[in-house]
Amino acid sequence: MSNWLRQHWQTLVLTLRRLGRSPGATLLNVMVIGIALALPLGGYMLLQNLGAVAHRVAGTPQVSLFLARDADKADIAALEARLKRLPGVRGLRFISREQALQDLKQSENFADVLSALQTNPLPDAFVLETAGGAAELEQLEPQLKALPKVAHVQLDSAWVKRLESLLQLGRTAVLILAALLACGLVAVTFNTIRLQILTQKDEIEVSKLIGATDAFIRRPFFHLGLIQGTLGGLAALAIVYLCTLILNRSIGELAQLYGSDFRLSFFGPGDCLALLAFAAILGWLGAYMSVSRHLSGIEPR
Amino acid sequence: MISFSQVRKSYRGGHEALAELSFAIDSGELVFITGRSGAGKSTLLKLIPAIERPTSGTVLVNGQNIGSMRRAAIPYLRRNLGLIFQDQKLLYDRSVFDNVMLPLAFTGHAYKDAARRARAALDKVGLLAREKANPVTLSGGEQQRLCIARAVVNRPSILLADEPTASLDSTSAAEVVEMFRSFNQVGVTVLIATHDEGLVQRLNPRVLALKQGRLES
Ligand SMILES: Nc1ncnc2c1ncn2[C@@H]1O[C@H](COP(=O)(O)OP(=O)(O)O)[C@@H](O)[C@H]1O
Ligand SMILES: [Mg+2]
Repeated sequence: MSNWLRQHWQTLVLTLRRLGRSPGATLLNVMVIGIALALPLGGYMLLQNLGAVAHRVAGTPQVSLFLARDADKADIAALEARLKRLPGVRGLRFISREQALQDLKQSENFADVLSALQTNPLPDAFVLETAGGAAELEQLEPQLKALPKVAHVQLDSAWVKRLESLLQLGRTAVLILAALLACGLVAVTFNTIRLQILTQKDEIEVSKLIGATDAFIRRPFFHLGLIQGTLGGLAALAIVYLCTLILNRSIGELAQLYGSDFRLSFFGPGDCLALLAFAAILGWLGAYMSVSRHLSGIEPR
Repeated sequence: MISFSQVRKSYRGGHEALAELSFAIDSGELVFITGRSGAGKSTLLKLIPAIERPTSGTVLVNGQNIGSMRRAAIPYLRRNLGLIFQDQKLLYDRSVFDNVMLPLAFTGHAYKDAARRARAALDKVGLLAREKANPVTLSGGEQQRLCIARAVVNRPSILLADEPTASLDSTSAAEVVEMFRSFNQVGVTVLIATHDEGLVQRLNPRVLALKQGRLES
């Protein structure tokens, strides 16, 4: 056991020393792997943040009830009373058609269009907030639709849902990107190990001749793949972290304009470790494939 | 210790390098394998560490059958043998000392122990003072002695040398042969392949003379 550990330790030291001997090539490989991993990683981080925003918004789901044009003051009062009695209703706000028009006129985009209109096309509306989530609101929908003088029920969770499915699409895209670039990482490691095997051809040949086992000869290449993968993973994390810092500067200013304290948040330690493990495994895989492919070709004569 | 019976070796392409070869070598013997270039000396030596496998017949080394040996068992066979190659196979990307350390890397020696052994081997061949040098800077005789040091550092019971004096002047050649004799005197079985008849006549050892893959006698 201690012998096994010592051999691995010696191999590790040897491998690190070898990497250190050609810092340029090592750095280049690590950068290539790092950038390849940083792309899906950055996408994943953005999606995670967007998802968090969507959830925060969806946390206070609203329903808009648009009333029939012929609803009068009495109808509105009756409706208000019934809505207040509904279970789970937390907030109820009445927006008259005049107020709605005023609100709309505030926004520059619509001002011209609206002033061209002779009559007010907008209906009266109630905005309902519930304590429950989007799912409960959906259950409430048919009940609301059946109320007298209610012309149309608009679930505000609908756009959250749309966002959710967009996010899902994004996640799938990131996943495909990650899979493709993972193949790229394996290929990069495959090639590094191939070159390393070539430069050490003599040593491998002599080692085989004087009694080195295949396991012993393979070991340093596995170490190399693992180390290179892990370093690439670290580089990817560093790249994404730097990008987060830079983006957060601009986002901070933008969010302030909207009265929000939104910031991109970086991965937690668990996610970081998972990524490093993933990169290490990919490196190992590339090394494994390369070693299986190239080492058997070196047979001393 | 080493026995060949009815050994035939044909290389791909059908060329027969060894034919109907039978002999036995006991532990502690010093044997020369002679013959002209192309007689099959190298092929004979390569059969012992399973670098080549016999086409037919049986090669036994320490009771193990080389022809039927599993691939995974070969490294352990080779650790018991000291090999000196015709083309030397020194590594020029590292020092003399590190060349001798190579066989100790996979036998589980602690570094200090391995370094002590490597220096002892270098001392035996008179190269201790050059341990930090690169093998390229050594003379032909010194390079050959370095090969010997690498071959004996694991204290093998059998030493196989393929044309160890081929590129050496007569003084260096005599030195190298003297070195083999001294290993033989402490019990190591030594096989030396050479085409240098003069070398053999001076020593009067046991000789296996090959001619076109067969024993001459
Ligand atoms: N790897 C090989 N492939 C094909 N033929 C070979 C190979 N090695 C040696 N031979 C042939 O086998 C014969 C014996 O070669 P070898 O054992 O090297 O002889 P020696 O060492 O006595 O000069 C020669 O004719 C040589 O051409
Ligand atoms: Mg030869």
